[in-house]
Amino acid sequence: MARDFQAALVALNRFGFGARGGASGDLINAASDPRGFVKAELARPNGVLLEAPGLQSTPQLGQAVFAYQDQVKQAREAAKETARETAKDTAPAETPQPAPADPKPALRRNLSLNAVATEIAGQMADAKTADNAAKPDTMQPNMAAPPPAKPAPQPLNVIQKTFRAEALARLQRATLAECGFTERLVVFWSNHFCISAGKGELARIWAGAFEREAIRPHVLGRFADMLRAVEQHPAMLFFLDNQQSLGPDSRAGQNRKRGLNENLAREIMELHTLGVGGGYTQEDVTSLARIITGWTFAGRQGQLGAPGSFVFNANAHQPGPQVLLGKTYQATGLAQGEAALADIARHPSTANFIATKFVRHFVADDPPPALVARLREIFVRTDGDLRALATALVDSDEAWKSPLSKMRSPYDFLVASGRLLARVPEEPGPYLNNLNLLGQPLWSPAGPNGFPDTAAAWAAPEGMKLRLDIASQMGARLGNNIDPLDLLEFAAADAASIETRKTIERAESRQQALALLLMSPEMQRR
Amino acid sequence: MIDCVENRLLTSRRGLLLGGASFAAWAYLPKFARAADGRDPRLIVVILRGALDGLSTVAPVGDPDYAGLHGSIALSADGAHPAIMLDPFFALHPAMPEFARMYRDTHAAVIHAVATPYRDRSHFDGQDVLESGYAGPGRVQSGWLNRALEVLPRGERVSSGLAVGPTTPLVLRGSAPTVGWAPVALPQADDDTAMRLTELYRHRDPALASALSQGLQLEKAATGDDMKRKPGNAVAQMRQVARGAAKLMAADDGPRIAALAFDGWDTHANEGGPVGRLAFLLGGLDGALAEFESGLGNRWRDTVVVVATEFGRTARINGTDGTDHGTGTIALLAGGAVKGGRVISDWPGLKLANLHEGRDLKPTTDLRSVIKGVLQGQFGLSDRVLAETVFPDSAAARPMKGLVA
Repeated sequence: MARDFQAALVALNRFGFGARGGASGDLINAASDPRGFVKAELARPNGVLLEAPGLQSTPQLGQAVFAYQDQVKQAREAAKETARETAKDTAPAETPQPAPADPKPALRRNLSLNAVATEIAGQMADAKTADNAAKPDTMQPNMAAPPPAKPAPQPLNVIQKTFRAEALARLQRATLAECGFTERLVVFWSNHFCISAGKGELARIWAGAFEREAIRPHVLGRFADMLRAVEQHPAMLFFLDNQQSLGPDSRAGQNRKRGLNENLAREIMELHTLGVGGGYTQEDVTSLARIITGWTFAGRQGQLGAPGSFVFNANAHQPGPQVLLGKTYQATGLAQGEAALADIARHPSTANFIATKFVRHFVADDPPPALVARLREIFVRTDGDLRALATALVDSDEAWKSPLSKMRSPYDFLVASGRLLARVPEEPGPYLNNLNLLGQPLWSPAGPNGFPDTAAAWAAPEGMKLRLDIASQMGARLGNNIDPLDLLEFAAADAASIETRKTIERAESRQQALALLLMSPEMQRR
Repeated sequence: MIDCVENRLLTSRRGLLLGGASFAAWAYLPKFARAADGRDPRLIVVILRGALDGLSTVAPVGDPDYAGLHGSIALSADGAHPAIMLDPFFALHPAMPEFARMYRDTHAAVIHAVATPYRDRSHFDGQDVLESGYAGPGRVQSGWLNRALEVLPRGERVSSGLAVGPTTPLVLRGSAPTVGWAPVALPQADDDTAMRLTELYRHRDPALASALSQGLQLEKAATGDDMKRKPGNAVAQMRQVARGAAKLMAADDGPRIAALAFDGWDTHANEGGPVGRLAFLLGGLDGALAEFESGLGNRWRDTVVVVATEFGRTARINGTDGTDHGTGTIALLAGGAVKGGRVISDWPGLKLANLHEGRDLKPTTDLRSVIKGVLQGQFGLSDRVLAETVFPDSAAARPMKGLVA
């Protein structure tokens, strides 16, 4: 069979996570039947679901956070109590105290209490590290580095442990996938409907579960189902404040003298469905906010349901019919919002917004209009069938003919490098640190619009320099044991440019050659 | 208690990418720096992303409707944390004592009820309008500050520049070259590898060649010890970035014109009044201004800092003790070159009928007029350049006179 290596690069890099090294044969397989190679993953029922031992459901994780917070509180009170006892019972100058109390624990970020409260310190340090992107003293420049030798390691708390386990499961899946197209679709939809782990402890522990529960089951399903799953997921309700929003005329609103928060309603229309300019007004935003009052999750007391599960709180729901986008929705409780979302999902602006964003992600920053139009039409005709959307993209000519002008995001770049080097991640830390460094902290975009999706955003001067530094570290660490020219055969073979091949051949060391290969246009562009 | 801390420190919707602060600067000195009159003007533009609640920062306590609208989070001139009276009508948030001092020394001013021409309420479009300088969204190729640089006479290349974050804020993006720097502790690729890769890119991928070679030039100067990343919260990082920026900008061959962006002002829930979440952020901003002042030393007298945000927030608090996206807000000016000690405002009033769409502070001043006034005062840009190049199609928004001493 004729082999088309240029098309193999499109199959593996534009649609997937890049060729795996070793004995995978990915590049040859993709070169033999590029479209078939990509579409094979679309045919696997349930292939997108991610189940790994130890990964828990959202309510289970919510309860773990509540229990953890109780434990921290008790440890703190115990410490306070001990301090009081100590002050009462002992002479002023006597030391050491059995449990040194922190005078203002809530204001300190780096608590160092005794063993009982060690967990608190771990949790505080984690929040800081993860959300503030980088922490030099624990930086792991090399993704293949051995487990870190941290000075005085703190035991991880349940939130950190969960976040790392979720990250590891996702990274392993991406590294092992054949083409990686469905995993790329997961990343696309997860970024479209993003939450940020930086919002707080619940968001951090829920970030992975949100993707597994609300995104993955629908990646090859229906858009309307994904939309409902996302907007009813506790992680999203928490991220965009809807659990605090009360109908002003609801019983809870009247009792507590609180009312609407339009944050989630606005982003549903602006970012999740219709898009800016999609034909909605401020009135519509407020109206949708009223419609989804009562969409919340059960708290630690569990009065409304299992703690940490989605619940509709009728007491917080604004009574009465509401007009949204010109249509009246009768007061039907939870069904009022579900009906509204179902209509928004099949609004023409949504079809347009999604088709455009989809093509922009996979094909070009300036998406070919004819392809957008075709996908929009398919979205409308199939009532938002996302498998049909993905299939149409792979079937299109544009997706195979447009030059590989997009940049790999930092996540794509790190996963593709791991795949080429045939290293299955055993530990998420190095990946997480490098993602922080490169400006794409996992599940923690700066805003509800997610990470940027243009080539320019990821090809910024500082970002390129940091990529080179990271690639050099990988080269220094791993270059000894590999032949970079063999890797080039796995990565691009005949599709590699003469210049890239020469640059690698002429490198002064294997280490340098590996760094240059990882940074070559063949590995950076998709 | 832990929840409270979490909220205050981490609930930044626009997030904490690299500490929620970014900085970039023009790669050249303006030619007239060190000119005969001895003035060596500096300009720092601070973008507050997320929409600052102007009514909670500079509160119209003299407006009879203010306290009712802002409800549980309204500031007042008395109580445990009294706001600082700037004049008989406006009071400054108590978390900003440094700005208050600058104001008393006539080196700080407030412009109230301002807005860009944008009248919808999307952060992202609003920021695009604020930073691009175009009258509407969708133009994101270049920012107004970059276009202003293009018309300035270009002198020496600055010896150093810094930016936190791998990207340049839109306001400074464009064809005029900029410099940036990200403070990270990562062993660097050696020069030989960098050179070989640049060479490969030059043949195969000119866009990457240009990005990488710029990235490689950016290091060194800003990497003094105090700019190394330390664990710390967003507020400490605001100060830290400002301190590093001021240090570079104070140097004779350092950048003169720079932009920073601070994230996290989107206070939908539990915004807080004199204390709380917004207070915490304003304290960070106040600290950053103080760092500019002390770091710039005797260059402070030639400096103007402009603080602006994409739009304001609702006049009436929402149902969760916060405020939703609104319209009119404030702009702040600080610096030795500011003709300050004034709140400049054509106050629209907060009666329901006076609110924009019945919910937001009505803008009575075009933010572009304020920025034009500063650019004219600092760099002598003509009305025409300002109305055609820097802020296209903005002739109606005349430069505000007398902002710069």
